[in-house]
Amino acid sequence: MPILEVEHIRKYFGHTEVLKDISFSLEQGQVVSIIGSSGSGKTTLLRCLNFLERPDKGVIRVNGETLFDADDAKTQQESEIRKKRLHFGLVFQSFNLFPQYTALQNVMLAKELLAKELPNYKAERKKIHDEIEAQARELLNQMGLADRMANYPHQLSGGQCQRVAIARALALQPDILCFDEPTSALDPELTGEVLKVMKELAEQDTTMVIVTHEMAFARDVANHVIFMDDGHILEQGDPMEVFERPKEERTRQFLARFTQG
Amino acid sequence: MEHILEQLPIVLRALNIGFLQTLKLFFVTLIGAFPLGLVIAFGSMSRFKPLSYFTKCIVLIVRGTPLMIQLLIIYYFPGLVLHNPVWGGGETGRFFAASVSFILNYACYFSEIYRGGIQGVPIGQEEAGLVLGMTKGQIFFKITLLQMIKRIVPPMSNEIITLVKDTSLARIIALQEVIWAGQAFMKGSQGISGEIWPMFFTAVYYLLWNGILTVLLGRLEKKLDYFK
Repeated sequence: MPILEVEHIRKYFGHTEVLKDISFSLEQGQVVSIIGSSGSGKTTLLRCLNFLERPDKGVIRVNGETLFDADDAKTQQESEIRKKRLHFGLVFQSFNLFPQYTALQNVMLAKELLAKELPNYKAERKKIHDEIEAQARELLNQMGLADRMANYPHQLSGGQCQRVAIARALALQPDILCFDEPTSALDPELTGEVLKVMKELAEQDTTMVIVTHEMAFARDVANHVIFMDDGHILEQGDPMEVFERPKEERTRQFLARFTQG
Repeated sequence: MEHILEQLPIVLRALNIGFLQTLKLFFVTLIGAFPLGLVIAFGSMSRFKPLSYFTKCIVLIVRGTPLMIQLLIIYYFPGLVLHNPVWGGGETGRFFAASVSFILNYACYFSEIYRGGIQGVPIGQEEAGLVLGMTKGQIFFKITLLQMIKRIVPPMSNEIITLVKDTSLARIIALQEVIWAGQAFMKGSQGISGEIWPMFFTAVYYLLWNGILTVLLGRLEKKLDYFK
């Protein structure tokens, strides 16, 4: 069974249809890259998965459970959406770290707030806190940020910020980790260090949906590539197929600059 | 000079009493205007259009007319025009009317500062909180609030320092604040008359108090400097 199934998603902003009948699925441990020019709807699609936007039509299922169905109001209750979001993690283009917290606190905050809802929170407060902190330190270590835990975001480089943001998303152990152009705000050198940790995550079979303009990364790391154009999925499939033998003229055009260079 | 030294203890005692009234008006205004300003800010940001227009209209009127006129209208209108002197007589009534005028006036200015502070926090902060499974309340108190406070401290400091000096406007309805107390020595009070220096001297009170506030607010600003 696929971990993620997206069926016939449509989304309008006013009268403009920005997502036109989007369907795809994803297996556990797979990495899918979504490529395409700006304004093609890639980011909106990710935002729909994370319930930051509400699709006007379509169904989203995770592990067979229907999280969202545009025709079923029961799946759209505010109180439930908060829990459903936790199936997904999202790493933003602009990091969106919380500036008043250190790297470590950024990673711990959400988990600590969720822990307060546990029935045994009061009794085992200290133990729970220590576990959350240990996990956060482990994640930051994994991101190569062992010596940056006590730093505030403004004291970190863009690449370090983005790695903290990845650790923050991983801390909640989402089923599917989404990236929205995670390196678009970074210079080439810093881009490399972020792509490196993303590649490591892929090797550890983290299920990821990555919107990116890094074509080499999409080709080499992803198991599946989706090419979006004007709100449609124009072409999808094995990265080698899509990159080497694109079926659509539009895909060829888009990839031309990359493949020539 | 000699007579000034003789008069000084009497004058200082009178000015201290007047300044106490000034401080009372200052603190009452802040205590009332801080929360009311937030209410007005939420009103003007409301998605319910009639409420937002109504609030913006009030803010326009209050910010667009002199505080002195507002004081006069609020104090005299009920008694002289409606023949219903709601404020009662004497110093208590004047203080009450002055407090209402100042709170309303300053709340409108504060509301605009709050609005700027709230809207100045990038939307990405809220979205980051949402995707991490936080509730709206958690997002406001754990993420947005402190960033908003950091943004509003400098403009708020400005308003607070202006408020210290604006309290002197309550003199227009004969509130016995520090300038009124200084002026009394021109007409004659406690055996001193025809002296203008006590009124000039009140400036020292404002300056000292604003000096203290500047230091305190500067410290607060510095304290919030640990993040950007």
